[in-house]
Amino acid sequence: MDEIDRQIINHLQDGFPICDSPYQMVATQLGLTETDLIERITDLLASGLLTRFGPLFHAEQMGGALTLAAVKAPEEKFDTVAEIINSFPEVAHNYARNNPLNMWFVIATDKPERIVEVIQRIEEKTGLSVYNMPKINEYFVCLKLEA
Amino acid sequence: MKIDEIDRQIITATQAGLPLTPQPYKTIAQQLGLSVETVMKRMQVMQETGVIRRIGVVPNHYRLGYKFNGMTVWNIADEHVDELGQQVGQLDFVSHCYHRPRHEPEWSYNLFAMVHSKTENGVKEQIETIAELLGEYNQGQDVLFSTRILKKTGLRIGKSRV
Repeated sequence: MDEIDRQIINHLQDGFPICDSPYQMVATQLGLTETDLIERITDLLASGLLTRFGPLFHAEQMGGALTLAAVKAPEEKFDTVAEIINSFPEVAHNYARNNPLNMWFVIATDKPERIVEVIQRIEEKTGLSVYNMPKINEYFVCLKLEA
Repeated sequence: MKIDEIDRQIITATQAGLPLTPQPYKTIAQQLGLSVETVMKRMQVMQETGVIRRIGVVPNHYRLGYKFNGMTVWNIADEHVDELGQQVGQLDFVSHCYHRPRHEPEWSYNLFAMVHSKTENGVKEQIETIAELLGEYNQGQDVLFSTRILKKTGLRIGKSRV
């Protein structure tokens, strides 16, 4: 990653235009050519420095639902529990965390009522209680990670 | 906003990413058999109404050197949580900030704020900054670090399941 890559990452965290030739527009702002910009974004995605480039959607606004949930997985069964939970296509992310509630995952469904169904099935298959923590309110953030 | 079948086609076509072609909206339009004007107009409306949060890049935190990503959790009296949550969200190192339900007695935290730093000390300072902002309203706190990513596929809506 060089200085130009840093500029691209910082610039494109603020947004990307909707117009006929958006790469050309951004490239001009950054003092690059359109071809350079497209190649660099392609490389940044391929190398894993960027995990995504494109529109980021709001699940609830699309009629779907999201929740954050956690379980207390016994250490000796941790990997099995992770396997069961990960096997649900509705589970988008799953992280091990340093807490008695040691496994935290995001469930996303196309309809709000399916969240409860998925939680029930996870409870049945793992034999564990799922702590459901759907958001009550979301506060506006304006984070940008400086590259 | 109520999205229709055309919006849904555009969402499905772009949820893996925007085409890396000089005219990406035209590429999408051609894939879907729509006019480029329709695609751009629909995406503009979806952005204005919040269906699209933003168009842009998502960097890999770890790869940019942000190795300390903490989920800070706080116990705040419910009547103050909205006002304080808004203030915490404004801090420039907080990437997500939510009010969530408690699960007493094991889990008494109702305000969640994700923080990111390149150093362990940096995270400590960020937590202190939040604690100072919350002041006397802070009735308890903890920070959870991810020790392992078990799954990360991102959100997908499937054509067949809609």
